[in-house]
Amino acid sequence: MSAPSPGSPVMTDAIVVEGLVKRFGATTALDAVDLTVAEGSVLGLLGPNGAGKTTVVRILTTLLRADAGRVRVAGLDVVDDADAVRATIGLTGQYAAVDEYLTGLENLEMVGRLYRLSRREARARAGELLERFDLTGAADRPAKTYSGGMRRRLDIAASLIARPRILFLDEPTTGLDPRSRLGMWEFIADLADGGTTILLTTQYLEEADRLADRMVVIDRGRVIARGTADELKAQVGGQRLEFTVTTAAVLPDILARLRGLAVDEPHVDEQARRLSLPVSGGAEVLAEALQRLDGFIADIFDVGLRRPDLDDVFLALTGHATEEVATDDDQAALPAATGGMA
Amino acid sequence: MSSLATTLSDSVVITKRNLIKVKRVPDLIVFATLSPIMFVVLFRYVFGGAIGGLPPGISYAEFLLPGIFAQTVVFGSTTTGASIAEDLQKGLIDRFRSLPMSRSAVLVGRTVADSGLNVISIAVMALTGLAVGWRVNSSLGEALAGFLVLLVFAYAISWLMAVVGLLVRTPEVVNNASFIVIFPLTFIANTFVPLETFPSVLRVFAEWNPVSTVTLASRELFGNVPPGTPVPDAWSLQNPVLYTLLWTAVILAVFVPLSVRLYQRTATR
Repeated sequence: MSAPSPGSPVMTDAIVVEGLVKRFGATTALDAVDLTVAEGSVLGLLGPNGAGKTTVVRILTTLLRADAGRVRVAGLDVVDDADAVRATIGLTGQYAAVDEYLTGLENLEMVGRLYRLSRREARARAGELLERFDLTGAADRPAKTYSGGMRRRLDIAASLIARPRILFLDEPTTGLDPRSRLGMWEFIADLADGGTTILLTTQYLEEADRLADRMVVIDRGRVIARGTADELKAQVGGQRLEFTVTTAAVLPDILARLRGLAVDEPHVDEQARRLSLPVSGGAEVLAEALQRLDGFIADIFDVGLRRPDLDDVFLALTGHATEEVATDDDQAALPAATGGMA
Repeated sequence: MSSLATTLSDSVVITKRNLIKVKRVPDLIVFATLSPIMFVVLFRYVFGGAIGGLPPGISYAEFLLPGIFAQTVVFGSTTTGASIAEDLQKGLIDRFRSLPMSRSAVLVGRTVADSGLNVISIAVMALTGLAVGWRVNSSLGEALAGFLVLLVFAYAISWLMAVVGLLVRTPEVVNNASFIVIFPLTFIANTFVPLETFPSVLRVFAEWNPVSTVTLASRELFGNVPPGTPVPDAWSLQNPVLYTLLWTAVILAVFVPLSVRLYQRTATR
């Protein structure tokens, strides 16, 4: 098996990536990316469009060769032992790669046969997966007639046909409606519970928060942060007390009464009629704050104790939100962002 | 499993997959055979009366059919490129490349399935031809050899088209690009009119054009060249079977390895 990378706990790593570099012409798509995924865990690879997430997945699944660096998947080198790697992994790419002229059953049987299952095994396994992904009723219909969510499920089923130990999911819920997305999350969580090692890329922070044990955040080909969701949130800051009021006129009075509770500089947004107060302590602080605001309660539209979510994390780390691609100036203005956590 | 056995079994799986599409989308085969039927009928009845210079002792239908066969199978091979471009576009090639399968099976399965389509088109055309006056004047063995030469040559063109399909981004581009190349290739040849009527530069091109030789090879094997026809000047036309098979071998030797290499590097964009 692979050697544990420096600093990581001694544990079997299903995926070890060291110093991965990939250039496309003059563009450096990946710049010294390191990451490890412990056996049986879920890693969320986060980043905006164009950050390099898909390039990482393509290299790890033998579809693309890196210009420098070393990648071991299940202890096997992705270049020297490419075929053995392919036999161990399952890949679901960004586009549902199903043959639309074949039925659901035929699609799964074909992939099963290509994974070297016997005809009988392929058929049995296909039936099992169709059932598990709620496609039994559509098994004999050409995939052309499937909805987007059904195609996605069929695609994931195809990547699971040979019971891979390691699964790569490249933006598994992009383009799905909210209901299908929730369903997909359940399937992925089930797989993780069953012990499959999963590397998942996503632009949705909520998705990573919900599914991943650990996260690696990349932006423009570089790892800018890594850790558990809580570690990343802690990096951005602790909890805040947030008030939204019905009229901005009362904000100064409210601030005057609460200033004593703040552990850091409060933030007032008159436009949004919002007051944000860094605090420590949890529910008692909230109760205390409400007590102090006796007489103003009617002016308060919304109140809450908030922990930062991953959107805050991303904004703090990169200086731009997840959806937009920032200019170089933004990056230069935030030198602290490149630090990251080990 | 040995690598040859692996390649074979994977290729069978892929061929089956491609033929299922033909079964599910019958329009494909209908249109693939409708246009050759149209060509047979148009040329036989519209131009047939006006095309002169035929060797004595042969009807235009007999002269024409081998030419139509050649044109149709060469056009049929463009399906290979368009289908591969479509698989690339839809991410299927990525899926296949991530599987522990043979590196050439996707291409082998594709070209073999497309040969199957060509067999069907030839069968339909031959029946249409017999209805409009085409006759086989040789033995069954020679006639089968005539069909085989056509199919083998078309199979090589399939691999050439596979390379085109792996290089372009959409199936439409393959269709347009191949039309521009294949249309002149099949017309500047002895497919529809005798070469004697060509201006000299075109005539030299036509004499060495493998489409001419595959046409002449099948004409000879079907017995559609009447005895007493003067021996052509060009070596290619004196030895049409050999010359056609040489082209076939060269195309395969270049484009099979090239397309397998491209396949291993290609990616959905």
